[in-house]
Amino acid sequence: MNVLETIRIGLQGIAANKLRSGLTMLGILIGVASVIVLMAIGNGASVAVTASIESLGTNTLTVRHGTFGGENDTTRTQFKDLTVDDAVALVDPVLAPDVVSATPVVTAATTCTFEGASYSTSVTGTWPSYFEASNSPIGTGTPLTADDVLNSRRSIVLGQTVISELFGDTDPLDRTVTCGGVPFIVVGTIEEKGSSGFLDADDVAIAPLSTVQSKLTGYGSLDSILVQASSSEASTAAESEVTSILDQRHGTTSEDNRDFQILNQAALISTVQDTIGIFTVLLGAVAAISLLVGGIGITNIMLVTVTERTREIGIRKAIGARKSAILTQFLIEAMVLSVIGGGLGVLLALLATRITIADVTPVIVPSSVIGAFVVSVSIGLFFGSYPANRAASLRPIEALRHE
Amino acid sequence: MTPVIDLQSITKVYGAGDTEVQALRGIDLSIARGDYVAIMGASGSGKSTLMNIVGALDAATSGHYALDGIDIDDLDESALSIVRNRKIGFIFQSFNLIPRTSALSNVELPLVYRGVRRRERRARAITALESVGLGDRMHHMPNELSGGQQQRVAVARALVAEPSLLLADEPTGNLDSRSTADVLDLMGRLHDQGRTIVMITHEDDVAAQAGRVVTLVDGQISEDRRNRP
Repeated sequence: MNVLETIRIGLQGIAANKLRSGLTMLGILIGVASVIVLMAIGNGASVAVTASIESLGTNTLTVRHGTFGGENDTTRTQFKDLTVDDAVALVDPVLAPDVVSATPVVTAATTCTFEGASYSTSVTGTWPSYFEASNSPIGTGTPLTADDVLNSRRSIVLGQTVISELFGDTDPLDRTVTCGGVPFIVVGTIEEKGSSGFLDADDVAIAPLSTVQSKLTGYGSLDSILVQASSSEASTAAESEVTSILDQRHGTTSEDNRDFQILNQAALISTVQDTIGIFTVLLGAVAAISLLVGGIGITNIMLVTVTERTREIGIRKAIGARKSAILTQFLIEAMVLSVIGGGLGVLLALLATRITIADVTPVIVPSSVIGAFVVSVSIGLFFGSYPANRAASLRPIEALRHE
Repeated sequence: MTPVIDLQSITKVYGAGDTEVQALRGIDLSIARGDYVAIMGASGSGKSTLMNIVGALDAATSGHYALDGIDIDDLDESALSIVRNRKIGFIFQSFNLIPRTSALSNVELPLVYRGVRRRERRARAITALESVGLGDRMHHMPNELSGGQQQRVAVARALVAEPSLLLADEPTGNLDSRSTADVLDLMGRLHDQGRTIVMITHEDDVAAQAGRVVTLVDGQISEDRRNRP
């Protein structure tokens, strides 16, 4: 008796009780679909967050002034400012081969106005290298130039959020916008980056460092230095190079009295990905439990089927069906239930993941599709084997007597 | 010539201790090829037990049983299923067709388990169904057939694998008189074609169709006579 024949008999058995078979398949279907969808949502969240961090540049380090320890740290002997000289010192092909550029940054929280419209934002004072380091390509107009910085020109480059708040549909180029009482001429705009929920990468206004320091912030410490590493892989090496240079310049004697901190974008991404990965696994585990419940449903329904069809099993045995034939028949019935249920579950998941859920666009993890399907088939085998074995072990004479 | 059935001092005991029941107490019976034997007896006489042992569905407690020259006593379950498939065609009182499965598929089933190719087994099943006069009902489900028709499908199923022995357990027990006549007529024709038939019954007029009548009382053969043709 060949396999095709057994599958045909199995399919007949399933077709004979459509509602029951359908409900059993539904259990597997929901299990498989939820595994795939939940994994896809977790993965989608990870992709989205990673992309939003990457939009700030993955190969950048941000050196910030101050420490996590706060001002009360008594072990600190000196508290040095972060200066433009620090930034210049970081670009050193010998001591810091992985650093491409270091850009000083100051920020001033101000209100910018244009013809009656006003918008609270922060003006960033920096050097032209900022645009490349912060991954902020110029849309229209020109970026700031070294000339702008040298001559403390009142030039400003605006992000899309600031533009839409202040100018609406008007072309902002060459207009004069007043920020913190200082008039600036808009020389360029930055391409839209998109917001990522918790931070708006388009809410920026960038002016020459010298201008912002002289008109808005004064000549205190820099807020940060934006360091660009040669690649995202080199960012860890760059981080240690920057640390040692600054430690030396600031006279750091131990990690406790360090007066700066370094934010590594690449490290941030991997931390965020790890965190989301844990949640994804948790979601998957919960979904896997529903798949297990679906599998128990198969056992349950197959046991009922075996009991119901005891007499049929007896007849088949009297006609000469071997134990293996009966075993295969019921195993295949269980497998067909789980394969069809699993297949429909995959289809449903593929449809469901086209929908954006809670601002997250699900991204299917291919291994979860294959995994869930393989697991559902093995569930059919595993959970079907007990009832099938019970059917195959029935003694023909007793099975025939069964009413 | 080897007899189709050769039973030697077969006993069957159910239960143990106080609840012990002796269903068969030493049966010696030999049935020759081409014979048509009716086994009679009141209920509880052991005829169903005998039928199960002869049909290789149950093992005797002691004694020897050879079917078509094959020793059945020491076969395992897997070998027994092959014996049932090739040597025995069962006809049951309650027809025992597989529900929701067409007459044709039911008749094909023994050949499926034997591993006969689809085309050949279909042809043989059609021939068998035509020989019982159901050529026009092949694709009907069992519940769309009358009792007499269902029993004829069962006869076709028993025949299709060309077994050495047709074993009928009260084949007319659930049938009205007209269907009974049909089925008995069919059995008579099969006998005329040279088939060996063992039929269990408790009705005298049914037993009268057979060439030989064996009567069981309390697990022993009390009478073994030949009907005059």
